[in-house]
Amino acid sequence: MKFNHKMAMLALFSVLALAGCSSDEEKDASLTDGSLNGANGIGDASTSGLNGGSSFGGSGLNGGRYGARGANGLPPEFSDPNNPLSKRTIYFMLDSSQVQQDFIPVIAAHARYLLANPSQHIVLEGNGDERGSREYNIALGEQRAKSVAGMLKAQGVSESQLSVVSYGEEKPVAMGHDESSWELNRRVELAY
Amino acid sequence: MNVFKKLVLVSAISLCFAPLSYAEMSIEITEGVESATPIAIVPFASQGAPLDLNSVVSSDLARSGYFKPLSPQNMPSRPSTADEIRFPEWRGLGQNYIVIGRVQSNGAQYNIEFELFDVAKGESLLGYRMSSSTADLRKTAHHISDLIYERLMGKKGVFSGRIAYITSTRQGTQSTHQLMVADADGANAKAIAISPEPLMSPAWSPDAARIAYVSFEKKSAAIYTQILATGQRERVAEFPGINGAPAWSPDGTKLAVTLSKDGSPDIYILDLGSRNVTKLTKNRAIDTEPTWSPDGRNIVFTSDRGGKPQLYVIPSQGGEERRITFSGSYNARASFSPDGRYITMVHGNGGDYRIGVMDVNSKSISVLTSGPLDESPSFAPNGSMVLYASRKGSTGYLSAVSIDGKMQQKLVFDSAEVREPAWSPK
Repeated sequence: MKFNHKMAMLALFSVLALAGCSSDEEKDASLTDGSLNGANGIGDASTSGLNGGSSFGGSGLNGGRYGARGANGLPPEFSDPNNPLSKRTIYFMLDSSQVQQDFIPVIAAHARYLLANPSQHIVLEGNGDERGSREYNIALGEQRAKSVAGMLKAQGVSESQLSVVSYGEEKPVAMGHDESSWELNRRVELAY
Repeated sequence: MNVFKKLVLVSAISLCFAPLSYAEMSIEITEGVESATPIAIVPFASQGAPLDLNSVVSSDLARSGYFKPLSPQNMPSRPSTADEIRFPEWRGLGQNYIVIGRVQSNGAQYNIEFELFDVAKGESLLGYRMSSSTADLRKTAHHISDLIYERLMGKKGVFSGRIAYITSTRQGTQSTHQLMVADADGANAKAIAISPEPLMSPAWSPDAARIAYVSFEKKSAAIYTQILATGQRERVAEFPGINGAPAWSPDGTKLAVTLSKDGSPDIYILDLGSRNVTKLTKNRAIDTEPTWSPDGRNIVFTSDRGGKPQLYVIPSQGGEERRITFSGSYNARASFSPDGRYITMVHGNGGDYRIGVMDVNSKSISVLTSGPLDESPSFAPNGSMVLYASRKGSTGYLSAVSIDGKMQQKLVFDSAEVREPAWSPK
C-alpha cells in the first residue's frame, strides 16, 4: 500500500475562501451594499433611485408599450393614446436595426417634442429577443438604439439631449419563448 | 458505443444559502454511456465526520456518466482496510473496482485515507492520506473523486472545480440579478454580486481567483473584476457605450473586451496594470465576444461584417483578420478548449441555436446539442465536456455535454432563470 504524503497538503483548499456559511453571508451583504451604493458614489439616493422611481417603462408588459409614466411629470399628451408621443417603444424585425415605416411618425413626434424642449434629455434603450448569443444581442440592441438616435438627430435634435444604452436580451418585457414575445422584446424604448 | 437514456437524481443539496439566492439545484444525467463501469465505493469507516465522503464521491463518479456505483445496501460487506476485502465476493457482483476509506477526527482536522483496488487482479491502484478541516470535507471528497477518475480514465477529473453563472428572478416589476459561484455539483452555491440591474458575461481569471463580469448597476454597462476570496472588486472599463464580453489573457494580465466608444463595437485589449486600451479590430460592423487561444497568440471573435454573425481570428498583437466558420448561418460566442484543439460556439441555422464544436485544424463543426435556444458554451477544465445554457419551455437550465456528444447532464435550478455558465479553469 503506498500513500503519497505530499497529498497531505491538500490545505490548498483553504485558499478557496468560499467556505463557512455565516462569514460569507456577511461578506455578501457588504459586497451587495458596495455594488448598489458605493460603486455609484452617491450613497443611498442611488439605491432608492435604482429601485424606486424607475425610469424604465419597460418593466411591465404593457408599461413598455405605451409607457406607464404619464404621472411622472410629463405633459398630458404623453398619456393620450391618440397622440404619437404616447408611444415610446419602437419595434424591430429579427436581426435588424432598421426602423420600420410604421414608427417613423412616432419618432418624428418625439423629435418635434425634443426640439421644442431643448432641456429635455432622453435615454434610448436598445433591446433584443433572447435568440442567439447575449453579447452579440447587446451589440444589436445598441445598433437599434443608435438608428433611432440617428433619425432624431437628422430631424434636428441635439446630441446632448440623447444618450444610448443597450440591454440586449437582458430586459425582456414579454417573458414567453415564442415569436409573439420575441417581437415585443426587439425594441428601443424612449425613456424620458 | 450505444447511448441510452437514464435519469439519475444525484444531488439536490445546498449547504449554505446566501441571502436571496435561489440555489437549490439537482443534476440529472440525461444521456450516459451504456458501458458505465461498475465500482463499489464502500462507506468509509468514520468517527462522526459530518459528511459522508463516500456518498459525495459516489455522486461525483455517477454524475460523470462513466461509472455506475454500487448501492451500499447491495454490498455484501463493508471493508475499511485492504485485509478486510474479500475480492471474490465483489467479483461475483460484477464490480470492476472497489474503493475503501477511513476518516479519523484529529482535533479540528480530519485525517482521511482511501484506497482504490482493481477487483479482478486484487491489486491496489491508488492510495492517499490527506487531512481536511470540517469546512473543507466536501472539497476533499471532490478531490478524491478527481484522483480516482484520473487514475481510471487517464484524464483529469473536474469534480473539484467550480462554476459561475447568472440567475435572474422577477417579482412584479422588480428584478434581482445575481452572479453565483457553486461547486461543480451545484453545492455551496452563493451569490458574489447582486443587483437590480442586469449582470452578464462572467469570466474566470486563469488562476480561478478572480471573475470579470459586466454590470449595468449604474444603468450603463461597466466591466468589473472581483476577487473571489475577499469580494473586493474594481471597475476596469466604463467607457461610453458598450463595455462587454471580458476575456482574460492566458497570463492573466489583460482582458480582451468589446467597446463601442468610437462608434461600432470593436475588440480592444485592456491592460489590467496600466488600464490602457488598445483597439484590435477596426471594422464598421459588429465585432464582439473575443476569446484567447490558450497560447495567447490569437483572438477569435464574432463579427457580422459578412452580413451574419460568424467567427473570425486575429493575432492578439494585431494583424490580418480571417474568417474561420463557413457552415451555418450563425456562429458566435466562441470559446477554446484548454488544449487549443477545439473551439465551441453557438451554432445557428434558421432560428435554431445549438452548441457546436469546431476542430481548429480541419475547421469541421460537429453539433452536440438539440437546441433550439442553447447558448454560452464553455469547456470543462479537462476539455472533456462543454457546459452551456439551455431552455425547454419556460425553464432555463444549465447542461453539460461530452465533446463526443455521447454524455449529457442537466443542472436544474428550482426557481430562478439561470444562464451564462462558466467552468473554473482549475
